Amino acid sequence: MADEKKPRKGLNLNRMEMPRQDPRERIKNFNEVALGYTEEMAVAEAERCLQCKRPVCIDGCPAEVKIPEFIQLVVEKKFVEASRKIKETNALPAVCGRVCPQEEQCEEVCVLNKKGAPVAIGRLERFVADYEAAVGAVEVPQLPPRTGKRVAVVGSGPAGLTVAADLALMGHEVVIFEALHKAGGVLVYGIPEFRLPKAIVQREVDYIQKLGVKLYCDVVVGKTFTVDDLLKEEGFDAVFLGVGAGLPWFMDIPGENLNGVYSANEFLTRNNLMKAYLFPEYDTPIKVGRKVAVVGGGNVAMDAVRTALRLGAEEAHIVYRRSRKEMPARNEEIENAEEEGVIFDMLVNPVEILGDEKGWVKGMKCIRMELGEPDESGRRRPVPIEGSEFIMDVDMVVMAIGTGANPLVPSTTPDMETNRRGYIVADPETCKTTKKGVFAGGDIIRGAATVILAVGDGKKAARSIDHYLRTGEW
Amino acid sequence: MFKVVRKKEWHPTITELWVEAPWVAKKHKPGQFVIVKMNERGERVPLTVVDKNVEEGTICLIFQKVGKSTFHMGLMNPGDAFMDVVGPLGRPTHIENFGTVVCVGGGVGIAPLYPIAKGMKEAGNRLISIIGARTKDLLILEEDMKAISDELIVTTDDGSYGMHGFVTDALKQVLDREGQVDMVVAIGPVIMMKFVTKTAEPYKVPLVVSLNSIMVDATGMCGACRVSVGGVTRFVCVDGPEFDGYQVDYDELMMRQQMYLEEEKLALEKFRQEHPEAFQGVC
Repeated sequence: MADEKKPRKGLNLNRMEMPRQDPRERIKNFNEVALGYTEEMAVAEAERCLQCKRPVCIDGCPAEVKIPEFIQLVVEKKFVEASRKIKETNALPAVCGRVCPQEEQCEEVCVLNKKGAPVAIGRLERFVADYEAAVGAVEVPQLPPRTGKRVAVVGSGPAGLTVAADLALMGHEVVIFEALHKAGGVLVYGIPEFRLPKAIVQREVDYIQKLGVKLYCDVVVGKTFTVDDLLKEEGFDAVFLGVGAGLPWFMDIPGENLNGVYSANEFLTRNNLMKAYLFPEYDTPIKVGRKVAVVGGGNVAMDAVRTALRLGAEEAHIVYRRSRKEMPARNEEIENAEEEGVIFDMLVNPVEILGDEKGWVKGMKCIRMELGEPDESGRRRPVPIEGSEFIMDVDMVVMAIGTGANPLVPSTTPDMETNRRGYIVADPETCKTTKKGVFAGGDIIRGAATVILAVGDGKKAARSIDHYLRTGEW
Repeated sequence: MFKVVRKKEWHPTITELWVEAPWVAKKHKPGQFVIVKMNERGERVPLTVVDKNVEEGTICLIFQKVGKSTFHMGLMNPGDAFMDVVGPLGRPTHIENFGTVVCVGGGVGIAPLYPIAKGMKEAGNRLISIIGARTKDLLILEEDMKAISDELIVTTDDGSYGMHGFVTDALKQVLDREGQVDMVVAIGPVIMMKFVTKTAEPYKVPLVVSLNSIMVDATGMCGACRVSVGGVTRFVCVDGPEFDGYQVDYDELMMRQQMYLEEEKLALEKFRQEHPEAFQGVC
C-alpha cells in the first residue's frame, strides 16, 4: 500500500519514551520494569519512520526482520498484521523487543540516529507482539507439506527455538530436547522476570509448539542421549546444538567457596527458574546479604544486582575492574540499575573473599585499578595500583564475570571439533560443525553473547540444515 | 510425568520408590544419579539411582526423609508421579577388576553404594562389603548387599545388630587382616567419609568417595555443588560425584551443606503443620 502513504511532515526527532515503573516501587517487586507503549504512543513513534528506500535497519538485524514494513503496518494501526510480518522471519518478537540491544543493531544504523533519535524499533516490536497475544490473534501460518525429515534440536534457548520454528515452517519434523524442566534456556533461567516476564517466554514456546514442534524437557543430551544416539538410534537426519555457554567462571581467588558466594548463574537460576523469591511457597531457597557485591559489568551483572535489591539487600554494589565507559552492559540496564540505587564501584578488583569462623562471607578484599594500554578487546587494560588494597564490607558476593563452554555435549561427541576454549567449531555462515549432520549455533560457538545473535545463528542454521536435508550435500 | 509404580517403607524415615523413567533406566550406569522434582513448586533434588529394571523402564530411588522435599516425597504412592526426573547425571564409577575391593556404606549411603558394589562384583572383584547404621532399624539393603558380596560385615553404632561400632572400625580390621586391598569405595555422611579417609590413609589403599553436595541444575551450569579437590574447585555434578577420597576437602563440603539450614528448618516446620500425616512414626 506504499502508494497510499501520507506525505511526511519532515523529521520528527521526538523519540517516544516508554513508560516504566517508578524506581521506588519497582525495587519492591519482580514485575516488569518497562510497561510498553499504548496504541497512540506506538502509532506516533511509527510515524517517525522515514520508510527509507534502501532500509539499512534490516542489515542491522541478525533476524532479518522486515522493519519498515512492520512499522508501516503500525502506522496503519494494523497491529496484528505487523506482528505477523515480524514473525515471517523472527519467531520471538516479544522476547527480542525486550532484550535485544537495538542500540547496537537496527537502531544504531537507523538514519534518524544521525540526529540522535533513532526510531524505537524494539519498543514497537514489543508492542505489536504483545498486542497480537492480548487480542488472542496468534495464528499458525499455513505449513508446507511434510518432508519426512527429522531434526533434533538440543537446547530450547533463543537459538534452538528459532531453528525449530524455521525448520517447522519449511516442513520438517522437529523435536527439541531441553535439559532443564522448563523450555526457554537463558530466557527462563537467566533473564529476570522484571526484564522479561516468563509468561512471555512461555507464549513464544507455545507458538513454536503450535507449529508442530515437539518438546521434551528433562533430557540432557550428552547423558540421556548422546549426539550419536540421536543420529543412529533415534532416527534423526540432522542435529542442531544450541546448548548455550553454561559453565560459570569464578575468579580463582581465595574464599570463593565460602557460603554466601554465588555464581550469577546459580543466583539467577534459583530466583528465575526456581522462583526462590517466592520461598517458602516455592521450595527452592535463596540467600541475600545485607550488603551484596556483584562482580562484573555485563548485562548478567546488572540482572544479578537488581535481583539482589529486590530480594531485600540494603546495599547492592557493582564491582567492576574497568570504568563505566568499558562496561559491556546495555546503557539502558546500567541506567535502570542506577535509578534503583545500585552503587557502582568502578576500577576495583576483588583479590580475596574473607570469611567468618562459620564459613560465611564477611568482607571482600579489593584492589584499586587504573586503565593502561588497550588490550586485544580494544578496551584499555585495567592495571592494579600497588598498595591500594582495601576491604569492602559485604556479606554476599555474586560472581558475574562470564561463562564458558559447558563440556557435556562436546565431551561425548568425540568426532566433533572444539576450539581451545572448548567451544564447538562451526562455520559462521552455515553453522556446520566438523561432524556430518551436526550443526551448532548461539553461545556454544562464540561464547556468551546476545539473544539476537543466537536468533541469527538459528536462522542461518535452519537454511543450511534445510539445504542439507534436501540435497544430502555436506 | 514420571509415575511411581512400587513403594517400600524401610523405616518411617527411609522410603524406596520405583519410578517410571525408561530413558534413564536404559542409560544408567553405577555411580550416576538423577534430579527429581515433585511438582511445579518443587525443588530439584539429586538422588542416586539404586537399581533399575530396563524392561519395565523403571529406576529405584531410596531416600532418607530429612527436609520438606523428602518428607513430601515420602507421601507418594504408586500411581502418583514426579513432574520431572532427569538423568542419568554425573560420571559413572570407574569399574574394573582391581582384585579385592572393599565397599563401605553408612546409613542411606548404602543405597548409592549398592549398584557400585554390584558392578565391582560383576567385574570379577573379590568384594568385601561393610555397611553400617546408627541402629538396627535404620539398616537398609542388608540382604541385597549380602547376595553380591563375598563377605558382608554389618555394624551398628549402638550395638543393636552386627558388630558394635562404626564402619571405620570394621574397615580397619579388614585392612589389617587382608594385607592386600586394591580399592576402597565409601559412601555415606560426609563425616563418615572423612573418617574412612583417615582410616584408610596409613594403608595407602586407593579410595573413592561419592559426594552429596547441594545442587540446582546438576548439569554444570550453576556451581552450587563446588568442592575443593586437591586444592582445585570441582563441580560434583559433572566432574563427580566420585573423587579421590584423599583429595577432598571434607570440612569445606560440610560447611557448604549448611548453607540453607535456616530455610530448610522453616520449610520443614511449615510442612509439618500442613501435613502432619507425613511425620507418623517419626520422633
